[in-house]
Amino acid sequence: MRLLLSGKAKCNSHGQDSSYFLGLQAYEKNPYDQTRNPQGIIQMGLAENQLSLDLVESWLSENQDVAGFKSDGESIFRELALFQDYHGLPAFKKALVQFMAEIRGNKVSFDPKKIVLTAGATSANETLVFCLAKAGDTILIPTPYYPGFDRDLKWRTGAEIVPIHCTSSNDFKITARALQQAYQEAQNCNLKVKGVLVTNPSNPLGTTMTRAELDLLMDFIVEKQIHLVCDEIYSGTVFGSPNYTSIVEVLSKYEKAEVWDRVHVVYSLSKDLGLPGFRVGAIYTNNGSIIAAATKMSSFGLVSSQTQYFLSMLLSDKKFTRNYISENKKRLEKRHASLISGLQNAGISCLKSNAGLFSWVDMRHLLSSSTFEAEMELWEKIVYDVKLNISPGSSCHCSEPGWFRVCFANMAEETLEIAIRRIKAFVDV
Amino acid sequence: MHRVFFPDFPWKTLQNNLHNGPRPGPYFKRITQLPLSLLSTTISCSFPANSSFVFVHLSCYFISYQVKNPTSLFSLKTMSYVSSNRKPLLSRKATNDGHAENCPYFDGWKAYDKDPFHPTQNPSGVIQMGLAEHQLCFDLVQEWLVSNPEASICTKEGVDKFRDIALFQDYHGLPAFRNAVAKFMGRVRGDKVEFDPDRIVMSGGATGAHEMITFCLADPGDAFLVPTPYYAGFDRDLCWRTEARLLPVVCHSSNNFKVTRKALEEAYAKAVEANISVKGLLLTNPSNPLGTILDRDTLREAMSFINEKNIHLICDEIYAATVFRQPDFISIAEIIEEDQEYNRNLVHIIYSLSKDMGFPGFRVGIVYSYNDAVVECGRKMSSFGLVSSQTQYLIASMLSDDQFIGKFLLESAGRLATRHNDFTDGLRQVGIKCLNGNAGLFLWMDLRGLLMESTVEAETALWRVIINDVKLNVSPGSSFHCSEPGWFRVCIANMNEETTKVALARIREFVLRNGNKPNRKEKCWQSDLRLRLSFRRIDDVLRSPCIMSPHSPIPQSPLVRTRT
Repeated sequence: MRLLLSGKAKCNSHGQDSSYFLGLQAYEKNPYDQTRNPQGIIQMGLAENQLSLDLVESWLSENQDVAGFKSDGESIFRELALFQDYHGLPAFKKALVQFMAEIRGNKVSFDPKKIVLTAGATSANETLVFCLAKAGDTILIPTPYYPGFDRDLKWRTGAEIVPIHCTSSNDFKITARALQQAYQEAQNCNLKVKGVLVTNPSNPLGTTMTRAELDLLMDFIVEKQIHLVCDEIYSGTVFGSPNYTSIVEVLSKYEKAEVWDRVHVVYSLSKDLGLPGFRVGAIYTNNGSIIAAATKMSSFGLVSSQTQYFLSMLLSDKKFTRNYISENKKRLEKRHASLISGLQNAGISCLKSNAGLFSWVDMRHLLSSSTFEAEMELWEKIVYDVKLNISPGSSCHCSEPGWFRVCFANMAEETLEIAIRRIKAFVDV
Repeated sequence: MHRVFFPDFPWKTLQNNLHNGPRPGPYFKRITQLPLSLLSTTISCSFPANSSFVFVHLSCYFISYQVKNPTSLFSLKTMSYVSSNRKPLLSRKATNDGHAENCPYFDGWKAYDKDPFHPTQNPSGVIQMGLAEHQLCFDLVQEWLVSNPEASICTKEGVDKFRDIALFQDYHGLPAFRNAVAKFMGRVRGDKVEFDPDRIVMSGGATGAHEMITFCLADPGDAFLVPTPYYAGFDRDLCWRTEARLLPVVCHSSNNFKVTRKALEEAYAKAVEANISVKGLLLTNPSNPLGTILDRDTLREAMSFINEKNIHLICDEIYAATVFRQPDFISIAEIIEEDQEYNRNLVHIIYSLSKDMGFPGFRVGIVYSYNDAVVECGRKMSSFGLVSSQTQYLIASMLSDDQFIGKFLLESAGRLATRHNDFTDGLRQVGIKCLNGNAGLFLWMDLRGLLMESTVEAETALWRVIINDVKLNVSPGSSFHCSEPGWFRVCIANMNEETTKVALARIREFVLRNGNKPNRKEKCWQSDLRLRLSFRRIDDVLRSPCIMSPHSPIPQSPLVRTRT
């Protein structure tokens, strides 16, 4: 029967056979629950932000009008139910870009006419690749990177990813040499490079890019005349220094240059606001042709008007956004600190990080040998014996074995403490 | 309408051809004044099945120009996109016409945008009859919402669910949502069939569902047969990013546009001859734009056809609950059960709540497949267009309310029937016939008698008059790839009763004014007819505030600066 399906249906470019997803499956079969299944697997493989939802819930209790599809007491249900314009709800786009600016300390401002709404960042990234590349073209991505990119950027688009290798020797920073090497590798394979895609703050590293790195990227794309996509989905999770620099700040000095049209930002409310279920993603770009094409492509995954309306109300409340951004930061910092000190106690160090919902943990010293097989062995022990679902570095295409991504913002504090205890017990043996 | 793309086309040659072609005149002169460097040298042309004319599009200047005998002017080659001096930095998909929005039928939207009807503020404005929306039952839904505040996770009654729902991004979808949708689909089909919630895959509206099923079933270049006339959005949904193609199965008014086995076989044979791999057949039942349902024989023939050829059958049943009169709707789900020999792995149903419930804004699209591998693959692909969990929760609650749904379906059918009768009666009184339909949110109106000649050109000319003089934005049959000129789709469920009366009065007045003159050439609206040349710079397109729905068959209307 599979003979009658498309090539895409038959291949496994969706990447779901990777350990990242296998770990999630193992968790599904035996999920930890404080009362009902205290011996279950603790989920530390899902980068969710569960720390600040209570702030949204309180806002709701004070803004009941929004809840009932009402605006100024009048029902707007009909208008919302009918609203399917792919340009998006103007009030929502306005509130969204203001929120994005606020996250960046209002050092930059965004134009609502340059934003395209999509069904989550998953869709935003795929749409951008459809706009920039044809089947066989390549995107360069620094390793380690989010495993989902293999599906989002390659599966249905037919594009390729060539890694820009980053190593622990310089804390996984992007170097000019690594960029050139990746470009050369693509050329050697006869692959046309269409752009570079970076995630800043980084998933899985949890670090923010330095100004120097951003300048380096700009120089590189100017030289090669290619695009730069910056996935800034974690921009609202920066909890420590150094301060966050968005590519949009760097871009401001290139306003008259040709490269102005070739830098694109991806955003979403799944991480900062902790609303992954609502499927709110966005593409922001100065490139008019991409705005036009991506807007039409967004027909395949528009944001529910019900959701756009709710969020337009929430994000227009500046008191709420100000409080949320600062409170969320504090809670993430505290939670991050708990994990780091807990791991330190167990003799495990992490990459120094200031953002994200996870830590990049160094378990190289726990490997039986410096190989990916040993990493898999260790991973299986941690998932099935220690009962923690963490993500092995190989699933993130890390070039060095022994690193693991451990999420800390998707559970109660007590659960994190239990997880840390389990790790200590495992290491002490 | 076939889309054929031409290679980089020398400007001088175009000038010469237009100059020497059948319609010289002021238009080409204006073209020649534009500096060559401003133009992309990509030219695409499109011409309908009967090839009586071609529209020439220059990719950054939009020129509608009718030229007869196109094959003598151009030779067919594959398209390439090259900008004047720069490296091509965007993909072809981003810059070609695959989104199908650059066809010339934007005058209707332009007219509506500039002059929208309002009963008190603008009673002589253009009435929107090009949007297939179901606006007749919102009062029922609103009433339900008020009585069921817990269905929204934002109310104080529902907020305790907020966190779990906000975090829920599992591509299997909320179990309650799938269960409710499966039950609703069964209800809509009179509970003659049952649907398995585990076969329900979410998508970003039916638009997303069509693209997704195509990605699952077809490789670039593969084709789907689709009976004409068909919803113009399919060109984008099934072909744009998937690079699949659509091949028409031509249907005729002589037998009420029935889909015959003969027509299916002919279309298939043509494909085989042209070395095109056919992957499936796409049926819309109830039909858009016809407003009719497929009878049991046709459905059985379709099943036997696809089984014989071992190709897929995609049934878009998005209008299933808009059937307002006998005969009863028959879903492919029923036909499948009739014969154990049918290969169920070939059958897939596309569904949505946009038409039956009137919720296009909520983007609830469904792919229901009898093929396990398609369900599995589709689920993974649904990551690109999941339904917002907030909406899933609301819909789950609403569709599980048996009493409400029973009342809604009955009322909806009743109101659609009344609206349908109001229009068909009113039209009949002035001698305008419609195809005999019992479903959908529109009428398939027969205006062949008002055409000067039986050509698409004449249909377009009549359409422009209906927009600009009668002030109704209706959709011409050619935009649905209809093989016979003179048919128009008229949407009737997207307005209130007063507007209905105004629309009917205008049609009546127009018909009576023109009457049935023995000599067609004397029709008074034809005296001033000429082609209009519209220029539109690409940056105008990009900056124009398009506010209309992208999901109607007529594309968004940017502001067009006509120069006549």
